[in-house]
Amino acid sequence: MAINSEILLFPLLTPLVAAVISLFFWQSARYQRIVFLLGILIYLFASIRLMTWVWTHGYITYQGGNWPAPFGITFVADLLSAGMIALTAVLAVMSALYFEGGIKNSKVSNIFHPTLNFLIFGLTGAFLTGDIFNLYVWFEIMLVSSFVLFTLGGSRSQLEGSIKYVAINVVSSSLFLAGIGVVYGLTGSLNMAALAAKLPLVENQGLVTLASVFFIVSFGIKAAIFPLFFWLPASYHAPPLAVSSLIVGLLTKVGIYTMLRFFTLIFTTDTGYTHTILLILSGFTMVVGVLGAAAQIDFRKILSFHIVSQIGYMVMGLAVYTPMAIAGTIFFIMHNILVKTNLFLISGLVKETHGTYALKKLGGVYHTFPFLALLFAISAFSLTGVPPLSGFWGKFMLALGGLEAGQMAIVGISLFVSILTLFSMTKIWGEVFWKKLPESTSMIINRQEDLLRSRFLMVIPVLLLTAMILLLGLYSGPFVDYSMRAAEQLMDTEGYINAVFMR
Amino acid sequence: MDILLAVIVGLLYGTAIYMILQKGLVKVIIGILILGHASNLFIFVIARLTRGAPALVPEGLEFVPEPYADPLPQALILTAIVIGFGIQAFAIVLLERVYKLTGTSEVDQLTTTDTIEATD
Repeated sequence: MAINSEILLFPLLTPLVAAVISLFFWQSARYQRIVFLLGILIYLFASIRLMTWVWTHGYITYQGGNWPAPFGITFVADLLSAGMIALTAVLAVMSALYFEGGIKNSKVSNIFHPTLNFLIFGLTGAFLTGDIFNLYVWFEIMLVSSFVLFTLGGSRSQLEGSIKYVAINVVSSSLFLAGIGVVYGLTGSLNMAALAAKLPLVENQGLVTLASVFFIVSFGIKAAIFPLFFWLPASYHAPPLAVSSLIVGLLTKVGIYTMLRFFTLIFTTDTGYTHTILLILSGFTMVVGVLGAAAQIDFRKILSFHIVSQIGYMVMGLAVYTPMAIAGTIFFIMHNILVKTNLFLISGLVKETHGTYALKKLGGVYHTFPFLALLFAISAFSLTGVPPLSGFWGKFMLALGGLEAGQMAIVGISLFVSILTLFSMTKIWGEVFWKKLPESTSMIINRQEDLLRSRFLMVIPVLLLTAMILLLGLYSGPFVDYSMRAAEQLMDTEGYINAVFMR
Repeated sequence: MDILLAVIVGLLYGTAIYMILQKGLVKVIIGILILGHASNLFIFVIARLTRGAPALVPEGLEFVPEPYADPLPQALILTAIVIGFGIQAFAIVLLERVYKLTGTSEVDQLTTTDTIEATD
């Protein structure tokens, strides 16, 4: 065992331990909350430590049971996975704060804390693992936890949304398994580094491409790319807001993360075929997502459809497949996780005041809650990509990467979709913030001071996230550097293989 | 043997997808069950079959003589079966809850989250 492996295992084991301990306090929401808070703070600390270590020293690998590389269970941390873990920690803190701030019943709360910890455990494992079958297992841990979180509360729309979510994810998992089977049949290995070394040598490259398509479809379902995204707008707006904001921020991005990992490390022999498929899909994803949003008349559903559109940008960077474009994708993931979650949390605050998400019944938020309107405007402009906010830098890097690679069409589409994004943000702005409050709507909270006082813990995460978005936009230098280095690391397949095999 | 199993895998996939596309939720869950079996059998077949040669080291030898049945796919399938079992249990309970709450198990009736109408 290497000396530094505990840096890597710390963030992985913290949520598991916290989850188990909070199960012991099943009856006491108060102790659960304390355990959760402690656990998440340790997790945040551990993830930042991992990130700084990887930033200064490069890869960390850990071989389970000291078995040498392709035989043991491998964990690898590189800049991308460490960054994703840090983002997971940030988001978990935010949604937990938001959850504590809201009105809740103890029945829901007792399940919320341990399950959220299990979800974080699954996510961390998925980001760190260096073995495709383990990735499947981590996915399942994550999915089962998200199933529970989805159905928490058990309202009709939640259960209906969950049915679609569960069914499509079972299909996705079984396609993933089939892909694992093909890859194992070809190489006799499941270790990602070993696969990266062995797959280019396989005689029958047609079968390798076949396997890669299994993974495109499976991860495509999880990431919600066109034409596999229909489950997302049908289920993401149903669960309680603290849950859906977390799921929105993270679960689709795990799909993107695994795509980045697989299509920069493992399936790189036939990029002309696989990455062209991804390029076409990303274009459709962007356009269809944003058009779907334009048709909606519900605050949260508009935002749900926008997730699909934003996923298109992330896939675009991967499909263009140059270091600049992939750096753009990584920066865009950081930006999007923060902005999207923030917009969801703000929609939740509006629901707290007006008791509804329906655009028809909303209005006058700018008049009554100017502070909330300001927070929304920052996030909305950032999502659209108005300089100098964070979305601009992400889109700029993606467009630059696309232009350098000569992919004019996709760059054109991405810029056009930005304008449409602005259109639906102005629609929300006009309907929710500027329009006069319809007379039929009775507000639950109608003074800004009341909102800040009674929903203090729900406003805090929105403020913190807005601060981070501003930081990411106005002081983007270090984050762009991070993305660039992470992208270079991703493109450097040899470096990954050598790190895992300790050569 | 390989060909027979390959045909069975194909049939299982076909049946599973047919069942998942049905309207009744019970049929969808049966489809999910069969889909799991299809994937497991697929892994079993694609990792090549070796009959009557378990991967056990015979007495007096230091290694397993070739050819032997690869134990790794079996371990994978075992894991996948256990995970699949958990998911299926969850799906069945979900179905029961949905039926109790809505009084229907037809997918066509469960479309409130797909409509354009706003939620509250």
